[in-house]
Amino acid sequence: MDSRRLFSGKVTLSDIHPVILLVALFLVIYPVISSDFFTYQIGAYSLILGTIALSLMMLAGYGGMVSLAQLTVAGLAGYTMAILGHNSVEVMGLGWPWWLTVFASILCGALFSTFVGAISVRTEGIYTIMITLAISVAFFYFVRQNYVLFNGFTGYAGVKPPTVFGVYWRDPVPFYYLTLAISAGFLGAVVYGARSNFGLSLQAIRDNPKRMSALGYNVTMHRVAAYFLSGIVAATAGVLLVWFNGRISPGSVGVDVAIDILVIAVVGGLRHPIGPFLGAIAFVLLENFAIDLIDRERFNTVIGIAFLLIVLWSPDGLLGLWNRVRPKLRSRKTAVLIPADVEKESTRSA
Amino acid sequence: MKRFIERHTFWSIVILLAVSVFLWMIFAVWPEWLIEAIGRKKTFVNTFLNGLTLAGLYFLVASGFTLVFGLMRNVNLAHGSMYLLGAYIGYEVADTTGSWFFGLAVSFVAIALCGLLMQVLVFRRMEGDDLRQTLVTIGISIIAADLMLAIWTGTTYQFEAPDWLFGATTLPIISVIKNPETTIYIKYPIYRLAVLLVAVAVGIGLWLFLNRTKIGMMVRAGVDDREMLSALGINVQLVFAVVFAIGAGLAGFAGVVGGTALSIAPGEDVRYLLASLVVVIVGGLGSVSGAAIGAVLVGLAEQFGLAYFPTYGVVLTFLIMVFVLAVRPQGIMGRE
Repeated sequence: MDSRRLFSGKVTLSDIHPVILLVALFLVIYPVISSDFFTYQIGAYSLILGTIALSLMMLAGYGGMVSLAQLTVAGLAGYTMAILGHNSVEVMGLGWPWWLTVFASILCGALFSTFVGAISVRTEGIYTIMITLAISVAFFYFVRQNYVLFNGFTGYAGVKPPTVFGVYWRDPVPFYYLTLAISAGFLGAVVYGARSNFGLSLQAIRDNPKRMSALGYNVTMHRVAAYFLSGIVAATAGVLLVWFNGRISPGSVGVDVAIDILVIAVVGGLRHPIGPFLGAIAFVLLENFAIDLIDRERFNTVIGIAFLLIVLWSPDGLLGLWNRVRPKLRSRKTAVLIPADVEKESTRSA
Repeated sequence: MKRFIERHTFWSIVILLAVSVFLWMIFAVWPEWLIEAIGRKKTFVNTFLNGLTLAGLYFLVASGFTLVFGLMRNVNLAHGSMYLLGAYIGYEVADTTGSWFFGLAVSFVAIALCGLLMQVLVFRRMEGDDLRQTLVTIGISIIAADLMLAIWTGTTYQFEAPDWLFGATTLPIISVIKNPETTIYIKYPIYRLAVLLVAVAVGIGLWLFLNRTKIGMMVRAGVDDREMLSALGINVQLVFAVVFAIGAGLAGFAGVVGGTALSIAPGEDVRYLLASLVVVIVGGLGSVSGAAIGAVLVGLAEQFGLAYFPTYGVVLTFLIMVFVLAVRPQGIMGRE
């Protein structure tokens, strides 16, 4: 793809790879050709998980900061929805209008993410993983113990999306389109943002923070800002997730789930924003259909082994696998085009 | 120590004052106003001792974690699983043979072997690639947790400590003096005191091992400069393997000790992983003395939080971590 044309701001239809158009078309007509179960439990759920994993990919792929607290951010947004909006448990539920609740929840999550960033930003590499893991475990124990605000062990139930424009957004098809629009929007924003000034300097900071600092860039602020932006993505996905499940409890923000998000992002691939969505689809399909292959109880073993295999053999995830296979396919094609005598010539000179 | 006082006179005075107030609160007979303010002395002293015992346990788990990191830069997030596996193995052995000490020994050896296996099969293959090592250990801990759940189910197990460690003892600390002549002393379970003693003994043992033996010398040299150590003709891989085995073995050992003091159940692996994470973040990665300080802080914070503000206990631990990170990102005893 010609990169110069993209930077000039003019994007024509021919710049877009036909495969992307086909995939987009498939995603749009997907509810028509599949059952409600596939639309809601597989389609919408994959998109939500993919969006949370996308927020991790933003930080890890472009910023080099692997944060395990992304699910915690999403969970906090979900809890805020239940606390400020409506729920069927007789605790909290302040009954704010839905648009204000959504706005406040996303803001809350984004600010919490900024806070996480501010804590962990002075450390690097594995320290970040450890600190964010500690934060997410602490949040889990806190919501489990706290009954005043988070309703302890039971959590909240009956958190529903509103009925707007005469459409009840919890119905499978509208909900699917809602998640599709939001996740596609974020995906586009991340792809665009990665080429913006901010995205480029963030990637430069990932590669060499000292040099960027010497060039006059405020390394800490860039990183914290990245946490804020990824917090918006994660919190929005958290709002969708609580609408999807209708409930939220300490179990939804547990360490195992936080690690699932990491698994999804890593299995999909951290190099490109599409990776997390691929990982999410693989994860959700495995979660729903592993039951046919093995005992439902041993699902985590299957996930763990799949994760281990990917990490051991293809560090860049499914995307990495594809990138490894692609040149081979291509070289086979080009090999036919090279005449036999040219090949001989080149071997002789070598 | 002297240098610390010279360089940080203010903080030394603050620490000294805090320690003396603490000691006074433990040994003195409390006046009425203090009892009115924060409750009975018995609760306070018991909480303090519980905190110390827990700190001992945390130290046992975290010292292995920090040792492995300090030398090899390996973050072993499967450390919590090793704790739990050690506890289960120890339980099985103690249950069949009837000897608690045999269970303890077997669990130490078995987990040390597990650690050795992991070092050889996993970590050696991806040296210097921190993120991948971390991800692999996460994968291992997911599988381990699930398999342990399959084998030992979700039931809570409880060890029986040897008889002579059973029961409570009277401490020479006065709880309250009732009029006219009866003095009530504080009682505390012997086993928990033994845990504390074992942790201190392991701590001293580790210190001696690191500072007074030849392997310890190699380990310390390896922490400072790994390449130079191998250039000196020392088999670094062997040193790594030994340290990894000891670190893992300590987790298994702690599993039995902790499983007896508290209980064994699924989910404990995450709890102890969190504890070791916070302990080493607070204490400073790679420092055994830092792990001791971190363990005492976290253990006390957790127990005092539990006793005095029940629903916010976790937050207290967390706040300590945030505070340390804000003031000293490398941890209390950590190096730049």
